[in-house]
Amino acid sequence: MHMADALLSPAVGTTLWAGTVAVGGYASKKLKERIDDRMIPLMGVLGAFIFAAQMINFTIPGTGSSGHLGGGMILAIILGPQAAFLVMASVLTVQALFFADGGLLALGCNIWNMGFYPCFLVYPLIYKPLIRDSQNSGRIVAASLVSAIAALQLGAFSVVMETLLSGNSELPFGAFVLLMQPIHLAIGVIEGFVTAGVINYVQSARPELLGNIAAVSSLGAGISLRKVMITFVVLAVIMGGALSWFASTHPDGLEWSIEKVTGKGELREAERGIARVLKGIQEKTAFLPDYGFKPEGNDLKKAEAASAWPGIKAGTSVSGIVGAVIVLGMIVLIGMGIRSFRGRDA
Amino acid sequence: MTFDTLYFDIGRLDRLSYRDTFVHRLDPRAKVIATMLFLFTVISFPKYEVIALTPFFLYPVLLLTVGEIPVRFMIRKIIVVSPFAVFIGIFNPILDTRTAAVIFGVALSAGWISFLSILMKFALTISAALLLIATTSFPGVCHALRRLGFPALFVSQLLFLYRYLFVLMEEAMRVIRAREMRSFGTRNTGIKVSVRLIGILFLRTVDRAERIYYAMLSRGFQGDIPTLKRSHIALSDLLFLAVMIAYLGAFRFFPITEEIGRVALELF
Amino acid sequence: MSHHIVEFKDVFFRYPDGTEALKGVNFRITHGESVGVVGANGAGKSTLLQHMNGYLMPTSGKVIIGDLAITGKTRREIRKKVGIVFQNPDDQLFMPTVFDDVAFGPLNLGMDEATVRERVRKALGMVNSLDLQDKPPHHLSCGQKSAVAIASVMAMEPDILAMDEPGANLDPRSRRSLIMLLKTFKHSKIIASHDLDLILDVCERCIVIGGGAVVADGPSAEILSNKGFLEENNLELPLSFQVRS
Repeated sequence: MHMADALLSPAVGTTLWAGTVAVGGYASKKLKERIDDRMIPLMGVLGAFIFAAQMINFTIPGTGSSGHLGGGMILAIILGPQAAFLVMASVLTVQALFFADGGLLALGCNIWNMGFYPCFLVYPLIYKPLIRDSQNSGRIVAASLVSAIAALQLGAFSVVMETLLSGNSELPFGAFVLLMQPIHLAIGVIEGFVTAGVINYVQSARPELLGNIAAVSSLGAGISLRKVMITFVVLAVIMGGALSWFASTHPDGLEWSIEKVTGKGELREAERGIARVLKGIQEKTAFLPDYGFKPEGNDLKKAEAASAWPGIKAGTSVSGIVGAVIVLGMIVLIGMGIRSFRGRDA
Repeated sequence: MTFDTLYFDIGRLDRLSYRDTFVHRLDPRAKVIATMLFLFTVISFPKYEVIALTPFFLYPVLLLTVGEIPVRFMIRKIIVVSPFAVFIGIFNPILDTRTAAVIFGVALSAGWISFLSILMKFALTISAALLLIATTSFPGVCHALRRLGFPALFVSQLLFLYRYLFVLMEEAMRVIRAREMRSFGTRNTGIKVSVRLIGILFLRTVDRAERIYYAMLSRGFQGDIPTLKRSHIALSDLLFLAVMIAYLGAFRFFPITEEIGRVALELF
Repeated sequence: MSHHIVEFKDVFFRYPDGTEALKGVNFRITHGESVGVVGANGAGKSTLLQHMNGYLMPTSGKVIIGDLAITGKTRREIRKKVGIVFQNPDDQLFMPTVFDDVAFGPLNLGMDEATVRERVRKALGMVNSLDLQDKPPHHLSCGQKSAVAIASVMAMEPDILAMDEPGANLDPRSRRSLIMLLKTFKHSKIIASHDLDLILDVCERCIVIGGGAVVADGPSAEILSNKGFLEENNLELPLSFQVRS
């Protein structure tokens, strides 16, 4: 599932973009050192293949709904982690632009969730050790299944964390996890079977092919577990550092959500802010006796309202609403004006 | 949405991007930077902000009209991708029921406000991304990325992907049609058949990659994909960026909308 | 000029899977000649073409272009001299816009920007497609694609032009304009095709391949009118020679 811009805070978006750019830079550098020229068109065309393959949808047994291939795992198995990561990144970029799947700020998250995990964690740590150069089709099915499930679970959990850390959603952690993980378990099972099916099909139809590509990419096999782990730890430290930096400079983003996650908010600070805002609103509404936020009647209700909306900053005052209507009206007018002007032109 | 419409939608979006209007002529780098700044500004508003988001609709509206992009098509595209954000956002009104405001006697909960905020941010960010690609040819975006420092290898992936997206999608459609014709209405869409089709498509793709590689070698390919610089930053591009930054900065840091409303209320 | 010569000397080729595709091919094409290569499916036409710029290397025998035998070392040099136009323009046009595609060859030859632009202009002008230069290939018709594919090869100004099924997938009118175009080229031309009428129109000489070897080599008009011989080789008379029954 694609993370969406609208749910994202700048801190989380930037952090994941930074992580993705770092991994992408590392992958291209590594590839450039040892790549066979033959890989360049192959990678590009396989990116287009993932799209085309997604068009071939199928009925998911027992549910009647239809599913399609995600692609991260299959690319990792065929191309090896570095090349697969870059291909996946380009697939997701095109999806973000042409389908508006997720959006451009969330692209960092999406490449991380759907590219990093299958290519750099699951492939070397789960798939490779399970498959051990075997060409046994049963083994391929088992390894693909476990890998795809693991990759999707990691991806789904990341979506949960990214959403919650961004703090735009009210969903409590537990409920969110219970919502996302089972859905992605199902998707993972499908992905695993399709991946295995395609790999096995290729294995039987053109057995020399997979070996050839692996030999050409030459990186898939050579990557050491230790290196991957070290890279991962380093990235985790960088991300942790970045997150805490953002947390200290952008309290409205991160702290809010940490309150949400842990459940113990510190509202005193917020209340002070609200009291001030309320006072402002009171002043504004003073000469507008009939409208809006001046709660009908007495101060008691006012007090109720005060405690009822911690953290909500201005932005919903009457003049705000009036302003918003005017602004939107002007935008529509401008748009229609340009339209009709163009129309006369043409 | 079926993938047939998806295919035609990409084609349509792609064709729009080759139009020739003022927006289309702007340097792709300027548009990429402007879009990223726009997205960042929109996202940076806090959870309960609604009013201050309204002026930001000006940017997509201007791109739509000056770039001569069909409005309905864009709205449909935005709605198509909305489920995830809506699905996550709809929990806000359910879970956050504290009364935030009473407007004309109707109590409005904080959850509805934050949900509305998510929807507005969603419409703004998605339309900005779609409008970028509707007003800038994809090769243009790629060259912009390259010159903004993205790795050459990644950019060449994007270019190949774009070039063969349409070719392979057509190939996939042929395969799908063949499946439909032979399944005689039983909707032969079981996983087994599909996997096989994907496998066939994969083999064809690998063969195609081999032929492309041959074609590249025949024309002197040595591992780099050279391209000529195609655009130069013009005065209009700098002006566009300056106006954009001023616009984003003004509406981000000053409560202009509210002021407008206040002045209007005082007048009447 | 002696360097526009293509010579196959006893060329054998076996694919890694063991298929014997070429079994002793011999011919010599001299400067400015226009030669058609015909043969049934699987006769070895494409394999033959792929030897002309060293994409495939003979298992034994020699391929000589100009005065250079193709080896791993001379391959790059030879690719500048022999331009190959592929059967499927979608494989040949791999860049995202027509301009980038036509410029790909000249840029790889290390030319400066002005020269590259000039080459692109000239090559596209030659096939009447100058107005297409900013378009992506997937917005072109089949006829336009094959014209641009030819331009992308011509931009490298090769001495020898080799084409694999240039008329395939074209509607009658595009095919006709392709034939007119080919006739204007002064290069040595080698055209592999099933379209015997096209060969008859464009090539004065014709080589027939069968079972991986040359079974006939002579004037097109002569070979392509020999009904019995053509049928023996799973071919038939060009339509223009066929009498409607």
